[in-house]
Amino acid sequence: MPVDRPNANLRPLSLHVPEPKFRPGDTVDFSDLAVPPAGAAPRPASDAAPDSFRDLAYGLVRVLGEDNRAVGAWDPKLSPDRLRAMLRAMALTRAFDERMYRAQRQGKTSFYMKSTGEEAVAVAAAFALLPDDMCFPSYRQQGLLIARDWSLVDMMNQIYSNRADRLHGKQLPIMYSVREKSFFSISGNLATQYPQAVGWAMASAARGDTRIAATWCGEGSTAEGDFHSACTFASVYRAPVILNVVNNQWAISSFSGFAGAEATTFAARAVGYGIAGLRIDGNDALAVYAATEWAAERARTNQGPTLIEHFTYRAEGHSTSDDPSQYRSAHEAAEWPLGDPIKRLKDHLIALGEWDEERQAAMDLELAETVKAAAREAEKNGVLGHGLHQPLETMFEEVFEDMPWHLAEQRQEMLDEAKAAGLEIGR
Amino acid sequence: MNMIQAINSAMEVMMARDPAVVVLGEDVGYFGGVFRATAGLQKKFGKTRVFDTPITECGIIGVAIGMGAYGLRPVPEIQFADYIYPALDQLASEAARLRYRSAGEFTAPITIRSPFGGGIFGGQTHSQSPEGIFTHVSGIKTVIPSNPYDAKGLLIAAIEDNDPTLFFEPKRIYNGPFDGHYDHPVQPWAKHDGSEVPEEYYRIPLGTAKVVRAGEAVTILAYGTMIHVVSGVVAASGVDAEIIDLRTLIPLDIDTITASVEKTGRCMIVHEATRTSGFGAELAAQVQERCFHSLEAPIERVTGYDTPYPHSLEWAYFPGPVRIGEALKKILKD
Repeated sequence: MPVDRPNANLRPLSLHVPEPKFRPGDTVDFSDLAVPPAGAAPRPASDAAPDSFRDLAYGLVRVLGEDNRAVGAWDPKLSPDRLRAMLRAMALTRAFDERMYRAQRQGKTSFYMKSTGEEAVAVAAAFALLPDDMCFPSYRQQGLLIARDWSLVDMMNQIYSNRADRLHGKQLPIMYSVREKSFFSISGNLATQYPQAVGWAMASAARGDTRIAATWCGEGSTAEGDFHSACTFASVYRAPVILNVVNNQWAISSFSGFAGAEATTFAARAVGYGIAGLRIDGNDALAVYAATEWAAERARTNQGPTLIEHFTYRAEGHSTSDDPSQYRSAHEAAEWPLGDPIKRLKDHLIALGEWDEERQAAMDLELAETVKAAAREAEKNGVLGHGLHQPLETMFEEVFEDMPWHLAEQRQEMLDEAKAAGLEIGR
Repeated sequence: MNMIQAINSAMEVMMARDPAVVVLGEDVGYFGGVFRATAGLQKKFGKTRVFDTPITECGIIGVAIGMGAYGLRPVPEIQFADYIYPALDQLASEAARLRYRSAGEFTAPITIRSPFGGGIFGGQTHSQSPEGIFTHVSGIKTVIPSNPYDAKGLLIAAIEDNDPTLFFEPKRIYNGPFDGHYDHPVQPWAKHDGSEVPEEYYRIPLGTAKVVRAGEAVTILAYGTMIHVVSGVVAASGVDAEIIDLRTLIPLDIDTITASVEKTGRCMIVHEATRTSGFGAELAAQVQERCFHSLEAPIERVTGYDTPYPHSLEWAYFPGPVRIGEALKKILKD
């Protein structure tokens, strides 16, 4: 394209389009990934000024070292019982994921999303929060519900959209809602829960409550405008909220560079908003616990919000509709330098002399049985497409508190058509 | 009271009655709102119940939804309806669906107030009437008052309602009714029946239209500023028209509409919003389906044109007395 104007002799501009280091078939080498040693990061007082977090926002808080020992100021010093409970919830989350992934492949449901490799992010956070702290999760924090001892059968009923599904088959599988466990209704629209969590926290503060809110999104979703508005509101009103960014390196097929990771960290976003920012090893359950506990204390003492970047790796496909071998090297998960969160916590307990491989194997077996039994129970209520769904007319309920005439009319039309066609019409 | 005072009074009444009611938005706090609708509320109820927000509409609505989930009853303001679009995702994907997707576990009992409509030389971004975008979203109610009395009663009902409700305030008639004769001096509300507003609590149920003028010749469906424009045309023409102020678009008072059209046999729809896929199209379809055998003439729609709202050509765009008068002649001809 010839350019006829002054300064046309300047070197042409070029557009930078990020590219991940490894594509399918590439040998993976993470040796240039900066992984600071465990225990090196300082732990500020929970009322430290937001502008003092620059190094923590660019660093990486780690507690569990190569020797599987907990070290440094961030060691939450949990009892062996607590550690074993956390390990169990993480392993149960993985067992649940395995079973439900298989259920989708068997055609029992339309869709599923695993959280493999990210179990610590949700489970350890749940352990560090109080049970009535309000969680605004994304779709990959099923570990929160499992850590809060929610019914696996209920979760499966939702996944199967069966007649016992409390959400009446209205929602895509895994978009849980469990008010009883302070677990907010999941939406398919990314990052929308971020300002909602901030609003919930502002309401709690405005009413002089003691509860705090926590929310989660992936690193990809930080690019959404709602992330910005949430951080602005959280900072302006010093909302008692924990803003978690789960940086698992991948947003479906887009690597984290498309959310800005080539230029900075996600925790560093906090610096610009005047929010305390921590960047932590998301595969280190103790680091997740410690950071969440710290942020919760900060929030609960009116010191305001904290943004925590959980540096982790999405070990499997984005969803059952995704095939990661089409866009990334199959070796990435195995080569990931921060390892597997369950194995690391297990090895820590073993190093403490509080656990062993036999007990782990027995627990894994028991958890697989627990999940299997729950699945059998849930399947009695039906699986997707096998007839045991909710009555047809429930489709029109809960659009509004009271059904307006136009919905009542459409419901009747549908029932009349179903009857004319000889279909079973439910109630 | 004028319409601003009535709206202010509705919020004051509800904030005094229910500690869960909170008001938030750009400039609504200390300053009392760019249209003065929230004047005095922060002083009376304090900063944690009436507060200014950053300029981020998606944030304002997102935060209000979270406050609603906590148990509050937020009344967020969007400064102009033209600026509601950044919040469209939070409104359409979240507020509207929260009850449905959680099967009633969580709800969004929020009332979004927003000045809307043209006739003020507001140009493209201070004149829009986006109601049709929201009536298309299931799960949201839409309310548009046409006078101070209705504004207060409807706003109180909207705040008490447990569903997310959009409350569009025709800013052209904040200070007085407007018959579309832009070259005439503005009439203050004081001379209009609707300006007698009780200081205390009262409510007008959502989903109830009001027959502004009973008549036999033609049914005119309108809302907001257009009620006054239509009333002026009808009075001047001597046509025995029945004018219905819809007041709420969702839920729609279909019975009042059908009873009227079955009586008159003719139906004209007037709104400022652009025509294609506007709310008038839904009204025309409903009337056609329900009153087909009563209709003696095609349904007429007098609306804004399918263009962005212009500045200098405002009075050519605005569905004013001339266009409404011509349409009235046309529909009565057959």
